[in-house]
Amino acid sequence: MNADSYVAIAFWILAIGMVLAAYAVVALPRIIHSALALVLFFFQIAGLYVLLRAEFIAAVQVIIYVGAVTVLFLFAIMLTNRSYAPDSNPANRQWIAAGVVSLGLLGTLLATLGRQTWPTGGQVPANATVLLGQLMLGPFILPFEIAAILLLVAMVGAIVIARES
Amino acid sequence: MDALNAVSNFISNVLPILRDLLAGLLNNFLPGWLTEIVMSIVSISVFLAFATIVVMSLTLVERRVIAFMQNRLGPNRVGPQGVLQPVADVIKLFAKEDIIPANADPWVYRLATTVMVIPALLIYAVIPWSQNMVIANLSIGILYFVAISSVSVVGLLMAGWGSNNKFALLGAMRAAAQVISYEIPLVFSIIGVAMLAGSLSTVDIVNAQRVLWFIVLQPVAFFVFFTAATAELNRTPFDLMEAESEIVAGYHVEYSGVRFALFFLAEYLNGFAVAALATTMFFGGWLSPVETIGNWFGWNLPPLLPPYAWFFLKTYLLFFILYWLRGTLPRVRIDQLMGLAWKVLLPLALANLALTSIGLYLYRVITT
Amino acid sequence: MITLQHFLVLSAVIFSIGLYGALAKRNVVAVLMCIELMFNAVNITLVAFARYLPATAGNPYGPLTGQVFALFIIAVAAAEAAVALAIILAVYRTRRSVNVEDVNLLQS
Repeated sequence: MNADSYVAIAFWILAIGMVLAAYAVVALPRIIHSALALVLFFFQIAGLYVLLRAEFIAAVQVIIYVGAVTVLFLFAIMLTNRSYAPDSNPANRQWIAAGVVSLGLLGTLLATLGRQTWPTGGQVPANATVLLGQLMLGPFILPFEIAAILLLVAMVGAIVIARES
Repeated sequence: MDALNAVSNFISNVLPILRDLLAGLLNNFLPGWLTEIVMSIVSISVFLAFATIVVMSLTLVERRVIAFMQNRLGPNRVGPQGVLQPVADVIKLFAKEDIIPANADPWVYRLATTVMVIPALLIYAVIPWSQNMVIANLSIGILYFVAISSVSVVGLLMAGWGSNNKFALLGAMRAAAQVISYEIPLVFSIIGVAMLAGSLSTVDIVNAQRVLWFIVLQPVAFFVFFTAATAELNRTPFDLMEAESEIVAGYHVEYSGVRFALFFLAEYLNGFAVAALATTMFFGGWLSPVETIGNWFGWNLPPLLPPYAWFFLKTYLLFFILYWLRGTLPRVRIDQLMGLAWKVLLPLALANLALTSIGLYLYRVITT
Repeated sequence: MITLQHFLVLSAVIFSIGLYGALAKRNVVAVLMCIELMFNAVNITLVAFARYLPATAGNPYGPLTGQVFALFIIAVAAAEAAVALAIILAVYRTRRSVNVEDVNLLQS
């Protein structure tokens, strides 16, 4: 058992779990169960990031998605739906067309991926978190500031929209 | 002298040495991968036993201390001075029936306890009991703590919604709003410490305090961290979500028996982890204050206690502050609670961050 | 041996599931959740590229560019979720419904 086979085992467990969780988000009849499946999905993605040596992104993923975004979803569900109803997450009339479109997209993507070969030999530097910080505040400072302003605008906008006048 | 050094080395590294000894023994007659699995199981069992004992001690001390503050006696009948009271409590809770309400969502209701307990246990992976006694010295240690502790909000909401009870749901929504609001000043207060240490790893943060504990350099950050952490733990004076007088007991009103015990376990584990993190970040972790002060004057003083003993001492003292707050302060109102987070703690944390960065910049300009 | 291809295929599968949900669900919150699935699928590819592709001469920022992009996507997704859920609350207040088909104010 070397490091590669551990990575392979972890990858397959996470991959199967993620596909099942994503399917559960789409297929479960109660919307709150879908939201909880989404939590599981986000958590497994964080595990995948750890496999990809992106520990910082993994931590951010858990903080933002599990800690904030899903809580927003759960709040929205509890504030709007009669969430105890057994059929709170129904499909609409165009589900057949949607299935055809997404299967077609999947086929196209897989066919493209099958033809493509990628160069190998990439390495993640040991001090990736430090380098990431230097990149964010160095060459990418302008997008970083724009993202900050976007978040501020989104926060103010969300408060203004959601507020009862 | 050599024998003395060997003994003191054994005492300060007792767990790693025992682990290596056991692993060496097992390696004699087991294949390598099986040894790894057995060793993981042994480590997890040791850790779980440790966690249980810590939580039991915390509940007992809490009841005795609060009783002392309120001029009562507290539990003192089971065993000498009541030390066996937690054992009796656990037996009682395990013997109770595990009731699932008829209208509850059974899966969400059952899973909620798991979602509460697992993160509480996971936090302990990054807590450095001593230089060599840390389960995983992650490069993002402190951030890992923030990430994992934010998962418990989902558990709260699951418990509140799964019970199908309006008091439970109200308590869970209060708790979620509170925990998310206080997460922000908590993270900002941590950044100041991380900037001083130049690292997010908990071991590096402790090692950066060999000369001076960060409580001296970051008193405001400590205040913000501890207040925000108390609120995140939902302890008095911020225990609005389980306010007995208004919403009976909040999100765990429907829970009984083992599941109720698990909620308690998670709560105390989180509390102890926060105290341990505060020790790590502000009070020099496992470092001996005797040795540190000796170094200022150039004396070579002995550390007096093994590193993990210092760590536990400091952590229990910090946890005592939580008891003290509970015995002293009345519960705050919801508007006061939100006002404190957004109007006091967040500006304080931001100002502290700005001052810290200016100070660090000046320090670098002067010293280079 | 796990290669870049494995991650890309996984991401493609998740993206398709998300697309199906975003097109076929009636509840607005469910549609939003499926959009989050798609965001995360894209993030997987970016972080996987950052892990497996070698640094090339054309990219002066080193191998971590993919991780930087992933961080920006997370920030944008968080902003999007906050605004979208606020809009859902506002719509629910006037129409008493969270069904996509009931929000037809602009239909002639």
